[in-house]
Amino acid sequence: MDFKFTPEQEALRQEFVDFFREEEKNAPDGWVESFEARYATDEGWAYHRSVADKLAARNWISLPWPREYGGWSLGHLEQAIFNEVYSYYRAPGLDIWGLPILSPGILEYGSEELKREWLPKIARAETDWCQGWSEPNAGSDLASLTTRAVEDSDDYVINGQKIWTTGGHRATHIFLLARTDPDAKKHRGITMFLSEMDRPGIEVKPLYFMNRAHVYNETFFDNLRIPKKNIVGQVNQGWYVTMAGVNFERSGSGTIATCQRDLEDVVQYCKETYRDGQPLSSHPLVRYKLADLAIGLEAGRQWSYYVAWLQSQNPLTAVEPSAAKWFDTEVVVRLATTAVEIMGLYGTLKAGSKWAPLYGKFEGWCQMSLGFTVAGGATEIQKNLIAWMGMGLPRG
Amino acid sequence: MNLDLTEEQQMLKTSARDFFEKEFPKTLVREMEEDAAGYSPAVWSKMAELGWTGLIIPEEYGGSGFGFMDMVILLEEMGRACLTGPFFSTAVLSSLFLLEAGNEDQKKGLLASIANGQAIMALALTEPSATFRADGINTTAALDKGGYVIKGTKLFVHDAHIANTLICAARTRSWGPASESISLFLVDASSAGLKITPLQSIADDKQNEVVFDAVTVPAENLLGELNGVWPVVERVLQYSTVAKCAEMAGGADWALEATVEYSKERVQYGRPIGSNSSVQHLLADMWLEVNMAKRYMYYAAWLLAEGLPCAMEIAAAKTTVNEAYKHATRMGVQLHGGIGTTRDHDMGLYYRRSRQAAILYGDSDYCHEVVARQMGM
Repeated sequence: MDFKFTPEQEALRQEFVDFFREEEKNAPDGWVESFEARYATDEGWAYHRSVADKLAARNWISLPWPREYGGWSLGHLEQAIFNEVYSYYRAPGLDIWGLPILSPGILEYGSEELKREWLPKIARAETDWCQGWSEPNAGSDLASLTTRAVEDSDDYVINGQKIWTTGGHRATHIFLLARTDPDAKKHRGITMFLSEMDRPGIEVKPLYFMNRAHVYNETFFDNLRIPKKNIVGQVNQGWYVTMAGVNFERSGSGTIATCQRDLEDVVQYCKETYRDGQPLSSHPLVRYKLADLAIGLEAGRQWSYYVAWLQSQNPLTAVEPSAAKWFDTEVVVRLATTAVEIMGLYGTLKAGSKWAPLYGKFEGWCQMSLGFTVAGGATEIQKNLIAWMGMGLPRG
Repeated sequence: MNLDLTEEQQMLKTSARDFFEKEFPKTLVREMEEDAAGYSPAVWSKMAELGWTGLIIPEEYGGSGFGFMDMVILLEEMGRACLTGPFFSTAVLSSLFLLEAGNEDQKKGLLASIANGQAIMALALTEPSATFRADGINTTAALDKGGYVIKGTKLFVHDAHIANTLICAARTRSWGPASESISLFLVDASSAGLKITPLQSIADDKQNEVVFDAVTVPAENLLGELNGVWPVVERVLQYSTVAKCAEMAGGADWALEATVEYSKERVQYGRPIGSNSSVQHLLADMWLEVNMAKRYMYYAAWLLAEGLPCAMEIAAAKTTVNEAYKHATRMGVQLHGGIGTTRDHDMGLYYRRSRQAAILYGDSDYCHEVVARQMGM
């Protein structure tokens, strides 16, 4: 066993660090995370766009793609390193829908024409994508979706409703799933379409998060016409197109790095904050809680490299990435809720108050993080996958 | 980065798995738990013949010349097999002390005997103070007529009752910081004044009280630097912590696998209990904890073997492995139902060992405090 990175990987890491450490200085005041702020605030979106343009100029958006489509063919480990650095410095700029979810589907199933049309736009950050998959009655059981697409000459006409359209109000484009064959088995009658958001027949309505943030939306399609050339892969192949993303880097190194940065902030806060004449960091229970988080992050970080390494050996690795998704998102929630508790009454104050510690990050984050253990396959779904695929237990 | 076992390690793992399944079945584990000596001399000789007692001893001293990562792989299999006996005391702890602190004569004499299976050794470190810190050592050794006279009580000493040689840590200076006043001595187990009394414990793992009632050892039995050996003790404790983690990870693997298999076979309400998502999610929890702990243990072992700084990582590894092993065996008993609680069932062997091992070389509370300090708090 050898846990060392190659000199090339170390050099790459340094290159990423040099860029993102500098770039963080351009963040708006009080920038403590890059997910909620980019969608919910105009300054956040402006910062996201400015970083996106810089990443595009460096050709860093398409790092994992094959060279013939403008990528670097970067390996899973190198991507895990990129995500770690990017997340540690709380950078926005990557299209978290277009890149990891849509682009693998286009690369694997798209026609040459489709690839040539859409991939350069993603790489140059000319598009901002949102995802039209989930529906009010199709969550974990996504394949039971009912949005309909009916063929009409050179187009399909789409009717139905999507939900949890994160960033739909900022996006320029949407990739959506609709049922093209209602008589086929549910996984075999679905097609993936690409659409501009300004086509007639798309309505986006905010769905506010419990902390009032505008991140999610509901999206309604009323006779939305999409040309056939905007289908990814074949008609009725959409379910399999969605699966292409499993080959993408899924180590979770970014989530762990986000938490490591947050934990550093909380530790610093506990060293500087006195209660009963003692710094919080000298209180045995505070020490225990923070050490416990650090131990979880240590183990989680090594697990993420293990996943990246496994994926580099076998791109179809399925069970270990599921475990990473489950563990990492649960640790985000645990960190946020622990931080609020340690800060006590102050911990409940919102960003904007001069009394709110660390820009009120954890007041917000202990709410926002609840979405992470649900989205992209809830914790319970990941546990099912581990039970079925990892341990061969019977499907209930 | 390459996180696979080497070809040699894979062979070692396979041959160890086969060896223990054949030579050390659970019937023998149970027999050894009731046995006063607690080990099988026949199995011990075979392990010496395979080169395992001398696994990490360099070839020049009669050993197999393997590395610490190889020992980790072997210990995983020993933990999986619930191997009883003095392997850890002799081939891990004592070998490491001799390698790290021994002079040429001591190495030549004792390491060769460990490698050929003749020597059984025990580490007399802990005392009624029940800590692994230097200030927990109150046993004294004083120079008298060319020898050292050792007085004090050692506690929780594994395998002292069968050892031919003990390594004893004692204070050799009554002033100054404890960590600058400790020395190590090789003590012949037949020395006058040595009284060894077995202690019954949860894992039936043959611990002893060892009373040094003015035991005299020759001056040349000093192992390492007079008063200055504590850094060596700390280093060996780091190795032994990770080595214990490896044993535990092997046991945890067994507990998980056995529980998964049982959940597939055990039928209630007309279907396997493992088809219930309540059971599947418990097993998924165990799967993640056990596998994550094992991968992290490898990482800590690698850092240590490479000579990289790893105080925090070792404490984190011990905690992670402690909790994974405790939980896997606790839920292992639960999912086996009533039968899991009996003396006859194998899960109890692992449950009891997890409780013992989780405390050795750092319980989780202690390790959290180590991590907190490493975080600069």
